[in-house]
Amino acid sequence: MSAQRSALAASDSRESVVSRGAAMLIMGVFTLYFLLPIFWLLVSSTKTLGNFNSTFSLWFTSTSLPDLVANLGKLFIYDGGVFPRWLLNSVVYAGAGALVGTLLASMCGYALAKYAFPGREALFNVVLGGVLVPATALALPLFLIFSQVQLTDTFWSVFLPSIVSPFGVYLSRIYAASSVPDELIEAARLDGSGEVRTFFTVSMRLMSPALVTIFLFQFVSIWNNFFLPLVMLRDQTLYPVTLGLYTWNSQVSEIPDIRTLVIAGAFVSIIPLLVAFLSLQRFWRNGLGAGGLK
Amino acid sequence: MTASVLQQRPRPRRSRQRNVRAILILVVPFGVLFLAFYLTPIFYAVWESLQVIHRDGTYGPPTVVFGGLSQYVLVFQNSEFWASIGRVLLFGVVQVPVMLVLALVFALLLDSPLLRGKRFFRLAFFAPYAVPGVIAAIMWGYLYSPSLSPFKLVTSNVDLLSASTVLWAIANVVTWVYVGYNMLIIYSALLAIPTEIYEAARLDGAGQFRIAWSIKIPLVAPAIILTAVFSIIGTLQLLTEPEVFRQFTSSISSTFTPNLLVYSTSSVPNFNLAAAFSVVLALATFVLSFVFLRLTNRRGLAS
Repeated sequence: MSAQRSALAASDSRESVVSRGAAMLIMGVFTLYFLLPIFWLLVSSTKTLGNFNSTFSLWFTSTSLPDLVANLGKLFIYDGGVFPRWLLNSVVYAGAGALVGTLLASMCGYALAKYAFPGREALFNVVLGGVLVPATALALPLFLIFSQVQLTDTFWSVFLPSIVSPFGVYLSRIYAASSVPDELIEAARLDGSGEVRTFFTVSMRLMSPALVTIFLFQFVSIWNNFFLPLVMLRDQTLYPVTLGLYTWNSQVSEIPDIRTLVIAGAFVSIIPLLVAFLSLQRFWRNGLGAGGLK
Repeated sequence: MTASVLQQRPRPRRSRQRNVRAILILVVPFGVLFLAFYLTPIFYAVWESLQVIHRDGTYGPPTVVFGGLSQYVLVFQNSEFWASIGRVLLFGVVQVPVMLVLALVFALLLDSPLLRGKRFFRLAFFAPYAVPGVIAAIMWGYLYSPSLSPFKLVTSNVDLLSASTVLWAIANVVTWVYVGYNMLIIYSALLAIPTEIYEAARLDGAGQFRIAWSIKIPLVAPAIILTAVFSIIGTLQLLTEPEVFRQFTSSISSTFTPNLLVYSTSSVPNFNLAAAFSVVLALATFVLSFVFLRLTNRRGLAS
């Protein structure tokens, strides 16, 4: 046994010299590729328009701190404070949308996992097909449908379609099947708990890792959504931050000053998601593993 | 044991009724929304694509009439549509393999004993996924610009946004955003492999490279196929990045990708033709994903 150990250790050290160096080099180079653009965005948001055009783009200037404060000040009051409004809209679309969406998807997925009913497999297959339907393909027909009932250019026209998560149903079904024991549901039944109450008090707690993953996925997909609000909304006070920055960027040639706001706004708008990613990373990994298992 | 069975005798009927109520409460809310915002738009698009606008004479009032497949005849005659399909296929043939090979290499390195600071690399590589497509495209738009880029040495000599290069400029943005996401999917599949398998291979004298090639890659093939299918779908639906890049360059036409063509056709407005484009695009997406899955399954069975 100890001979095997030392044989393993020997082969480890043989590999380590060249392979370790090469591995670190590859990862180091790509770290620059992935982080440098974000770092550039941070640096650029600390510059005045003049400095943005003239100074070295990958480092701060001597007035970076006051310039950053000034840029943020301008960003938050420009055009009657429309930017904080966009941020708030995005938080509501993505936060409330993902919350409601996760709840409804987990209820449906749980029912598909735990109850036998006629049409169960057919329903699951249709929902599974829905996973393959990209959101961009639905946006235009949704616009036509909403315009028939005169609901385009409203909060609901963006909110309602984005709470539907077929992927969430798929993941909840798989997760509920493996993590919520039938015996436990039966025990709750014998204790006199109703089926729906059992779901909310017992099963949901057991499904919580999957629920967090579904929430995160849906939050990101709503936060990143661009095409649906683009076709639905005219009133800029309803815009999410992505669409808002897109319209600002389209005005850069007429109003050069707005470029500073686009850059600072872009940086501010990625902070919430970056923070969420850093703090919730293990849920991503768990959930992606479950999703990839099939 | 016997007692509890006896007690349960009268149950099934009652509990089945209770179950029906529970199933309805649990399934119907999602079901209604799925019907309203997924299935209805799909059927509506198909229905729209079968209509034509008919006028009596040049100035007659427009009326919508059933046109059968006449919109589809227009789709198949539309050279811009097929050019845009060709463009995204070319994009996908290059970008999807490059992205997935990078994702696979990074995942294997993260899973190997060769690396230190794994947590840092995992976070750094995944961070771009937190950047929405619109913002990633705006950011890279400035990074590509000849006068404002930090890489002026490159961008002032080569126009990265010219007609011949802009497709690859977009490919870089998409790769930058999604490599880390795909890496994480493959990495979590690698973590699910029991480590005893590697120990046995090591005792047989296999090095890290050999283990990766002969054991890890075949075992995570389903995860790689999954990422490939989603990448193919994403490629055919390409819209956000080219739409944003139109603000930086004139070399992207309003018919650059199939979805841009759908969008510009619907702004004309010609919803019926736009719907027909969408339906053909959706069918093409399904066929391509399906063919890809069949091909990879067959290969998986052979080996």
